[in-house]
Amino acid sequence: MTHIAATASSPTQPAEAFPTTLAKGFVNRLVIIIPYLWLLFFFLVPFIIVFKISLSQTAISMPPYTPVLDFKDGVSGFFAGFRALNFDNYTWLTQDALYFNAYVTSLIIAAISTVLTLIVGYPIAYGMARAPATVRPTLLMLVILPFWTSFLIRVYAWIGILKPEGLLNQVLLATGLISQPLVILNTYTAIFIGIVYSYLPFMVLPLYSSLEKMDYSLVEAAEDLGCPPIGAFWKITFPLSLPGVVAGCLLVFIPAVGEFVIPDLLGGSQTLMIGKTLWNEFFSNRDWPVSSAVAVILLLVLTIPIMFFQQAQAKAQEQGR
Amino acid sequence: MKSLGSIRRDFAPWNDPKAKPYIQFDKVTKKFGDFTAVNNLSLTIFEREFFALLGASGCGKSTLLRMLAGFEEPSAGRILLDGQDLRGIPPYKRPVNMMFQSYALFPHMTVEKNIAFGLKQEGMPGPDIERRVAEMLKLVKLEQFAKRKPHQLSGGQRQRVALARSVAKRPKVLLLDEPLGALDKKLREETQFELMDLQQELGLTFVVVTHDQEEAMTMADRIAIMDKGEVMQVATPAEIYEAPTSRFVAHFVGNVNMFEGKVAERTASTTRITGATGAQIVVDNGGEATAGSDIVFAIRPEKIKVSSKKPADAVNALEGEVYDVAYLGDMTVYHIKLDDGQVVRASAMNASRVTEDPLTWNDRAWVSFRPDAGVVLTR
Amino acid sequence: MTSTWSRFNITSIVLGFAFLYLPIVLLIVFSFNESKLVTVWGGFSTKWYVSLFHNQGLMDATWVTARVGVISATAATVLGTLAAITLTRYTRFKGRVLFSGMVFAPLVMPEVITGLSLLLLFVAVGLDRGFFTVTLAHITFTMCFVAVVVQSRLVSFDRSLEEAAMDLGAPPVKTFFQITLPVILPAIISGWMLAFTLSLDDLVIASFTSGPGATTLPMKIYSQVRLGVTPEINAACTILIAVVAVGVIIASIANKRREIQRQLDEQAAQRG
Repeated sequence: MTHIAATASSPTQPAEAFPTTLAKGFVNRLVIIIPYLWLLFFFLVPFIIVFKISLSQTAISMPPYTPVLDFKDGVSGFFAGFRALNFDNYTWLTQDALYFNAYVTSLIIAAISTVLTLIVGYPIAYGMARAPATVRPTLLMLVILPFWTSFLIRVYAWIGILKPEGLLNQVLLATGLISQPLVILNTYTAIFIGIVYSYLPFMVLPLYSSLEKMDYSLVEAAEDLGCPPIGAFWKITFPLSLPGVVAGCLLVFIPAVGEFVIPDLLGGSQTLMIGKTLWNEFFSNRDWPVSSAVAVILLLVLTIPIMFFQQAQAKAQEQGR
Repeated sequence: MKSLGSIRRDFAPWNDPKAKPYIQFDKVTKKFGDFTAVNNLSLTIFEREFFALLGASGCGKSTLLRMLAGFEEPSAGRILLDGQDLRGIPPYKRPVNMMFQSYALFPHMTVEKNIAFGLKQEGMPGPDIERRVAEMLKLVKLEQFAKRKPHQLSGGQRQRVALARSVAKRPKVLLLDEPLGALDKKLREETQFELMDLQQELGLTFVVVTHDQEEAMTMADRIAIMDKGEVMQVATPAEIYEAPTSRFVAHFVGNVNMFEGKVAERTASTTRITGATGAQIVVDNGGEATAGSDIVFAIRPEKIKVSSKKPADAVNALEGEVYDVAYLGDMTVYHIKLDDGQVVRASAMNASRVTEDPLTWNDRAWVSFRPDAGVVLTR
Repeated sequence: MTSTWSRFNITSIVLGFAFLYLPIVLLIVFSFNESKLVTVWGGFSTKWYVSLFHNQGLMDATWVTARVGVISATAATVLGTLAAITLTRYTRFKGRVLFSGMVFAPLVMPEVITGLSLLLLFVAVGLDRGFFTVTLAHITFTMCFVAVVVQSRLVSFDRSLEEAAMDLGAPPVKTFFQITLPVILPAIISGWMLAFTLSLDDLVIASFTSGPGATTLPMKIYSQVRLGVTPEINAACTILIAVVAVGVIIASIANKRREIQRQLDEQAAQRG
C-alpha cells in the first residue's frame, strides 16, 4: 500500500487549492515562462525596435539608420537621445500623398474583397452545412486542401489565367462573348480576384462551423409559423451565423490590408497598396526608418480590428469549454 | 423485536460508542471564491462501511468526495483517514482510489494496461502485476476483453473496467462518483447488487456519491442527505425513510404528506395534534414537540388506508372526495381532497387481482392511519 | 436534422469548388505542356520536370526550405504546445491578457510587419541574416498556429483522465507524459504539419529575414515568377502541390479508416 508521508502543517493555516493537474512550482512556471519569453522577445520587442527605428534618420551605412536612444552613454545619454528624437519620418508620410493614398486604398480594397469573399463563401459554407452528414467531412477536407498548398503558387496560377493572352480571354474569345481581350491582369480587379481566391477557406471555415452547429429545426419552426424560406433565412439563419461571419471577415480583412504577394503579382505597378509600398521602401529604396514608420502606422490602423479578433477568439474559447 | 424498516442490521458500528472512526470530516469548509460548497461539515465514516452521500446537484457531495481524494484541499477544517490528517498530501500519495463518473478510462491503453496503471505507479514487480490484473479481470468477469481498448467496450463493460482499475491497488477507501449514472435502468439495478457483493468480498470501505435515492437506499449502510453544503441527516436507509428529522429530508426521499398543525396535548405516550382547519390527529411519537408548538405531521402515502366507509377501529380518520386515481399495476395511487381542502396522496399495494371496494373519481372516501404511521417534525 | 441535397446547395458547392480547384488544375496541366508558351497547348511532355532537376539553384533552395521547415516546425510544435497548455490550464497569472494577445495577434498580422520587425530585431542584436534567422522567424510565427490547434483539442480534453492517473499514484509530470500527451498527440501532429506547410509556403517573412546562401524555394520561385510565367515553374509548383496533397490525403484517409474501425468496434461492443 502507498505510504502516506506525515505532514506538519496545522489545520488553522489557510489552505491553498491543490492544482488539479500539473505540479505547482518549477515545472509549472517553465510551462508558462518558455513560450512567454519567446513571444516577448520575438514578437513584442521587435515592435518596440520598429518604433524606435521609425524615429531615427536614414543614413548611408549598415544598418542604414542612425541609432536612437542608446544606453551606451548611460542615463544622461538616454535623455539626450530623447531630445534628439525626431518625427521627420511621420511628417514625411503625411506630406507625401502617396502614403496616405496607399493606406486608404488598402483599406478600401480589403473591405471590398472581404465583402466579395463573404458573398462567394456564404453559399459554399451553407451548402456544406446542409449537405448529408456523411459527405460533410470530405467537403471540409476539400475546402482545407488548397490552404495547404502554397499561397504563392495559387496566386501565380491566376497570372496564366488572367493575362491578355491567358486562358480566360481565350475561352471568352472562342465563345464569342467578347471580341477584344479583356485587360484584367495588373488591375484592381485582379487583386480582388486574388484576395477572394486566396482567402476563401478562411471565410468558409468559420461560417461552416457556425452554420453546422445551428439547429435546423429553428428554420422549420419559422416556416411552420408562416415565414417564407427567404424570410426565414434572413430572420433566423443569418443572425445565428453572425459569429462565423464576424470571425471570417476579420480573418480576411486584417491580413488583406497588409497583403504584399497578391498586389505585387496580380496588381502590377499601377496599383497601390501599403504592403507593397512598405516592401519597396525597404528593398528598393533601402529606407529602413520610413518603412518602419509605415509599419507603425499600419499596425495602429489594424489595432482595433485585431482587438476585435482577439475578443472573438476568447469568446469562442469560452463557449468551447 | 420491532425495528424500523424491514432489514435487521448486524453491522452498526455507528451505534457503538467504542468503535473507532475511519474517515473523519472535522468542521470542513470549502469555498470557491464567494461560493461556499461545503459549510462547516462534520461527518464520521467507519471501516468497511458502505456510505452514500445523497443530494441534488450542487449540494457539495462531489466536492466532499474530491477533498477526500485530494483534488481539492479544504478551506478550513481537517480530514482524517485512519487517524492521519490528510492535509497537504497530494492525490497520488493518498491510499484512496476513485471511480470516476465518466469512468476516465485511458483511451490509448488496453483494458489490461488500464488496470495495471496504478500498480505500476507503486512499483509492483511485473509478475505480481500480471497476477493482480488477471485476478481483477476475473472479479469483474472481463477475462476475454483484456486486450481491448476502452472504445471497443459497451457501457456496462467500461463501468466494470473502471471499477477493476480503482480496486486493483486495494485502497483503504474506494470513492465512487455517480458510479451507475451512465448505465440504463435495468443494468443499473443489476450492478447495484454486484457492487454490494464486491464490497463484502473485498472488505473495503466504500463512499459513493449519488443523486439517485433508490441507488443509495439499495446499496448503503448509511446515507448522508446533503443540502447547500451541509449534512441534513445521517442515518440508515430505513431511518431516513421512516424517521426523517426534518421536512427537507422527508420531502427529499420518497413521497410524503405533510399536515400543518399545533400540538394540542402531549403525554408520555401520545400526542394530539389539531390541524390548521380543526382536524384532530393522534400520534404516539411526538418527538421533541411540546404542547402548544407549531409542528408538521409527515406521513408516507403507503401508510394511509383509503376506504369508502369510515373504518370502525380507526384512531385517525378524515373524510374527503376522490380527486384523482391511478392504477399502476403493482399499486394504485389515490389523491383524496379532504373536506378542509388539503389533498392527500395515498397508495395501496394491489396484493390481490380483485379489489373488494373499488373507488372512482368524485366518490366520497375516508383516509385513515395508525398512530405510529407518521412522524412529528419540528424543523 | 434532415439534410438533403437541394439544387441551390449543390450548385453553390460545385461552383465554389470549381473556383477553388480550376486554377490549380490548369497549373498542373500546363506543367506537362511541350510548348514554352504556358497558355498554348503544344502536346504532352515531361521535359520541364527533367530540366527542373538540373536547375542547381532550385535544388539548393528546396534543400534549404526543407531543413528550415523541419527544424522550425519541430521547435514551433514544442513551444506552441506549451503555449496552448498555458492558455487552457492557467487561467490566472500575471500578464495572461498580454500572453493571449501575443498568441492570437500573429495569426492575422500582415506578414510585411512581422517580417520587418523580426529583421530589425536580428540587426539590433547583431545576428547575421541567413539560415538561422529564417528558422527563428518561422518558429515565431508558426508556433501561434500550433498553439491554436493544440488548444482547441485541450479545451475538449476530459480532465478526469488526469485526475484518474494521479488518483492511481502517478505524479503530475508523469501524468502529463503518460496520459495527456498521448491523448492529444493527433492534434500535436496536425500542428506540426500545419507549421511545416506554413514554413514551406512563406515568402514575405523569409525575404525579410533571410540572407545570402539561405534562399528558400518560395523566394526562388518568386524571383522567377517576376520574370514571367514559365512551364518550369509550373512543374516546380506541381511537385510541391503533389507532395503536400499526397501527405494530406494519406493523413486524412488514415484518419478516416481509424474512425470507421472505431465505429465498427463500438457497434460490435454494443452487441455484446
